[in-house]
Amino acid sequence: MATDISKIHEKSPWQDITPGNQIYGAGTSKDFMTGEWRTQTPVLDAEKCTQCLLCTPVCPDSCIPVKDMKREDFDLEHCKGCGICAKACPFGAISMREGQ
Amino acid sequence: MKDTVEIRWHGRGGQGAKTAALLLADVAFKVGMHVQGFPEYGPERMGAPITAYNRISDSVIRVHSNIYDPDFVAVVDETLLESVDVTQGLSKDGGIIVNTSRPKEEILPHLKGYEGKVYTIDAHKVSMATLGKYFPNSPMLAAVVAVSGVIEKDKFLDEMQASYAHKFEKKPEVIEGNMNALKMAFEEVH
Amino acid sequence: MGIRERLSGNEAVAYAIKQINPDVMPAFPITPSTEIPQYVAGYIANGEIDTEFIPVESEHSSMSATLGASAAGARALTATSSCGMALMWEELYVAASNRLPVVLALVNRALSGPININCDHSDSMGARDSGWIQIYAENNQEAYDNFLQAYRIAEHKDVRLPVMICQDGFITSHAVENIELIEDDKVKAFVGEYNPENYLLNAEQPMAVGPYATSPYYMETKKGQREAMINAKDVILEVGREFGAMSGRSYGFYEGYQLEDADYVMVIIGSAAGTAKDAVDILRDAGKKVGILKVRVFRPFPAKELALALQNAKAIAIMDRAESFSGEGGPLGTELTTALFHAKSTAKVVNYFYGLGGRDFRVENAEAVFEEIASKDNIEPYQYIGLRQ
Repeated sequence: MATDISKIHEKSPWQDITPGNQIYGAGTSKDFMTGEWRTQTPVLDAEKCTQCLLCTPVCPDSCIPVKDMKREDFDLEHCKGCGICAKACPFGAISMREGQ
Repeated sequence: MKDTVEIRWHGRGGQGAKTAALLLADVAFKVGMHVQGFPEYGPERMGAPITAYNRISDSVIRVHSNIYDPDFVAVVDETLLESVDVTQGLSKDGGIIVNTSRPKEEILPHLKGYEGKVYTIDAHKVSMATLGKYFPNSPMLAAVVAVSGVIEKDKFLDEMQASYAHKFEKKPEVIEGNMNALKMAFEEVH
Repeated sequence: MGIRERLSGNEAVAYAIKQINPDVMPAFPITPSTEIPQYVAGYIANGEIDTEFIPVESEHSSMSATLGASAAGARALTATSSCGMALMWEELYVAASNRLPVVLALVNRALSGPININCDHSDSMGARDSGWIQIYAENNQEAYDNFLQAYRIAEHKDVRLPVMICQDGFITSHAVENIELIEDDKVKAFVGEYNPENYLLNAEQPMAVGPYATSPYYMETKKGQREAMINAKDVILEVGREFGAMSGRSYGFYEGYQLEDADYVMVIIGSAAGTAKDAVDILRDAGKKVGILKVRVFRPFPAKELALALQNAKAIAIMDRAESFSGEGGPLGTELTTALFHAKSTAKVVNYFYGLGGRDFRVENAEAVFEEIASKDNIEPYQYIGLRQ
């Protein structure tokens, strides 16, 4: 049985660290709240958004979820505030505001 | 200590001195002996002088150095006599075998007063007569076996017959020529 | 009884690879190891094994591909020498820290420069801190036997570390010698199948290999690596014993030759040990109490075991076939001297450098070393053998 890596943290003794830091499991980056790093926050103007979906694939952290062919609001638990989506949007529907 | 026969080969890169040393190791192995066959590499290029070595013994061989005091020396290319000290360290009780068409008297002055036995073989003549092409390996191998006595002649020829039969499985027509080269070399080395 | 054969060291290792039939072998040629992938490629072309051979454009790639294959779940290996290994440097550490049980057939050759194709141990000794297990051979037989033991050690659940099987370039790699091979079925049964618990191509259980480790994790990871290396000691001994039961040739961390009652001992690695054994026989015949300790396993370093084996020695010659340029001892000299210090040894210790860049090491050289440590008191502690001066 592979080690349950969700129990490993920065205070874990060396005996609990997996050999070679191997990570057993997929999608574990969900548990890493990179949203805390944000200094600017994207804001969506739903009026201007045409649902062209150009913003979704350019997000490095997959923080623009799509459901039924329509984008939803930002996943701010993981969005680092890089602003790429704002640059990519041809309709000016995404603006960056200072702060979290 | 001297239950091991040590042989040093001098040739030029591409002429097959290394191959001859490996062939000798091969056939001595097949008659049940402990063997070493190894080359000494310098800058690797065609035509450069190269040295190869054999140790042949009834017991396990552990030493892994080059050979400095050989019992026998085989010179595959006589032009090396001018540039290489082929008799260096050579045992007086052993001998040197030189591949040449010249008479022995012309070879002696190049051997720095070596006091042991000197043998010559015209591997070119043997090879042309039996194979129609110049492959000095087989005649030189047989000459070294004949002179050193490390393997009995009949055993040697039997093993070589078997070895050629395997090696030339797809061209059996060359087996006879090679066997004739070996047999003729036994007669031609003096 | 095994199969009586005569093979060069490179052929012997290639034959071991053939008998193991590993999954993947990426390789890039470099003298004097080139023949190994060459022979293996021949076995594959002839349909004798189904190893996937990957021709790559450099040793950086050959080791990278080996690691990728291993992470994916394959039994993988490569071969190299000298500067080829230097180009793998980054991946050597990656292999060990990611705990990938790959095997490297290393044919020891001097590192440039001056550029040189002949044997010394500067390549593997330079990589001694990379986290690889290192096992050295005296002759073709040992190169073959060690290779057959490599995966058993590397893949053991308490170890999971890469293993380097080293032999002396040209001296054994290109020398045809007698050898006893082991029957295919016995080798297969001994080496066994590789069934990793976790691997990338297991769709049932996704995983990631080689993540970034921040400082809160890095030291704990290294400690795990260290522990695996320490665990390897028991595994190496157990595998060596089991190999002996199968083949009649047992292996440990070292081999003693006339060591029991020896007052004067030479500690040496690789092919030169055989040459030194002939010197021991000559000197024993003359009534001198001399002996050899041939180190087989350099990583993990069997410090306590070596010190114990040397406890009765009055003087010890430690032979290094690699410089370390500390201005003091070489790799073996420094580590063994430390071991002797901790064991409170009072033996006289002299560290000799020999055979660099293929400089021949002769029976006479070994005799002279024994005579020096047995007869003199104030010996220069670090010396080059055969140096013109």
